[in-house]
Amino acid sequence: MAVVNVRKRSTDMGPDLIRTRRLESWSRLGLLAPAAALLLGVFLIPLGVMLWYTFTDPNPGLENLTWYLGDPVQRNVLLRTFTTAITVTAACVVLGYPYAYAMVAAGPRLRAVLTLLVLVPFWTSLMVRTFAWIILLQDKGPVQAALSALGFGHVALIRTNLGVVIGMSQIMLPFFVLPLYAVMSNIDRRLVLASSSLGARPVTSFRRVWLPLSLPGVGAGALIVFISSLGFYVTPALLGSPNDSLISQQIFTQVNSLLLWGRGGAMGVVLLGITLVILGVLMASARILTGRQDERVE
Amino acid sequence: MTRVSTRVWRGILVAFCALVALWLVAPALVVIPLSFTDKPSFVFPTTGFSMRWYENFFQDPTWVGSLLASLRVGLLVVFFATICGTAAAVALTRSKFRGQQAVRAVLLAPMIAPVIVVAIGVYAIFLRAHLLGTTFGFVVAHTMLALPFVIIPVTVSLQGFDRRLSSAAAICGASRWTSFRQITLPLIAPGVVSGAVFAFVTSFDEVVLALFIQSPYLQTLPVKMYGSVTRDIDPTIAAAATLILIFTTVITVAVAIYFSRRNHAR
Repeated sequence: MAVVNVRKRSTDMGPDLIRTRRLESWSRLGLLAPAAALLLGVFLIPLGVMLWYTFTDPNPGLENLTWYLGDPVQRNVLLRTFTTAITVTAACVVLGYPYAYAMVAAGPRLRAVLTLLVLVPFWTSLMVRTFAWIILLQDKGPVQAALSALGFGHVALIRTNLGVVIGMSQIMLPFFVLPLYAVMSNIDRRLVLASSSLGARPVTSFRRVWLPLSLPGVGAGALIVFISSLGFYVTPALLGSPNDSLISQQIFTQVNSLLLWGRGGAMGVVLLGITLVILGVLMASARILTGRQDERVE
Repeated sequence: MTRVSTRVWRGILVAFCALVALWLVAPALVVIPLSFTDKPSFVFPTTGFSMRWYENFFQDPTWVGSLLASLRVGLLVVFFATICGTAAAVALTRSKFRGQQAVRAVLLAPMIAPVIVVAIGVYAIFLRAHLLGTTFGFVVAHTMLALPFVIIPVTVSLQGFDRRLSSAAAICGASRWTSFRQITLPLIAPGVVSGAVFAFVTSFDEVVLALFIQSPYLQTLPVKMYGSVTRDIDPTIAAAATLILIFTTVITVAVAIYFSRRNHAR
């Protein structure tokens, strides 16, 4: 059926062009095969195995999921994972929005400096940065010294949730700033000028013109930060306290230390499910919102 | 009045951004001096100066071994991920077929799926197949994680590629492979190069999956660092971190120079 369609459409082009413009199905298959085989072997099948363990290990049935959803300790862990991810996302929005705005508003030289400063952590190894945060946040470390010099007294940072949030926000900030910067630099700045020439005060023209136009960038950046934060392992494991562990640490413990594959699998299923649901809902709502905007423009 | 308040706002914005910038580079700022400390502790600010942690690093076979393992795995991942990813990107942009969106979604899925979830599944399979702690296992797993980072930039480059050029090549009698090698590839090279760099960094940086599939016989550098941080207080890790920092900076600068040269040439 598909082949028939292809032949029909191709009659209005020369035969040479067809050959180069449209890959025939066998060569398309050949090009996709290596990547598809990889994805199948070390992504889809592993996820399938995890699902299999969830419902069969040690006994067939729903016991792993009912254990997970019924255990108050695990419920706390899930809640803490969510609040940590939300806090990190909020911190990235608050710190990253003015920064991205400054990148757009600055002159070329300052912009280059600001871009470089975002890209440095972006390129720096996650393990290196987490190690650096251990040094910075350690007891009697530089951050603690600075805080007590400012009169905050003794603030515990390492092995606390606060330390985890500080480290994770620094690690995630470039992922928020870069998409937001891309959106902001595409905003037509004459719109702001137009609104102020129509008598809007700077605050009003920011709120009514600039902010709504930059929101898609905020959404994209926040989504990346939030989803990555839900599954973060290394940073919370090294900066946080074992008593305040997040879901990924629990998965690691269940599988790697306790060899409880079914329980680890159940937690993995829940984490993956939550990620997919959030992604689906947000992408659908973004589609609805942009659809509405298009209508308004028309 | 309004001019004064704009100036105040601008001052606040500049101060705020300076603080954020400091916060962004703070990690790099502590790691480098710490690697030159003369005391076997993480005390900061450091005192004295010594190269002993670098000597330690290069004399300890486990550190050097992990560095070499990381480089070996990373380069193999670049090779396979760039080829497979570019091929997949070509197939996805140059043809339309049923289920295309689904194939694209699956190929990009490793980017958003929590690595820990994939890691336990891969661990289960590698345990059965005796692939734990093998270069093959590391390369396969890391290539899967790196694929989206090749597919995305190559797809973007291909979308900006004028297809009439390949038609012209075909009319001139070039085979499809010749036309790809001589016309398409040079023009999409920026996408392929950034994909290759991303692939290397993805593998070189990856910890979570590596923690599961490592063995005492094969540990990549991040795994070795993770073990070192959790087990002992040893500034050798600061030397390792500084070496990684220098290494990634060199790569980034080299790529930046490549791109600026290319733009100048046009």
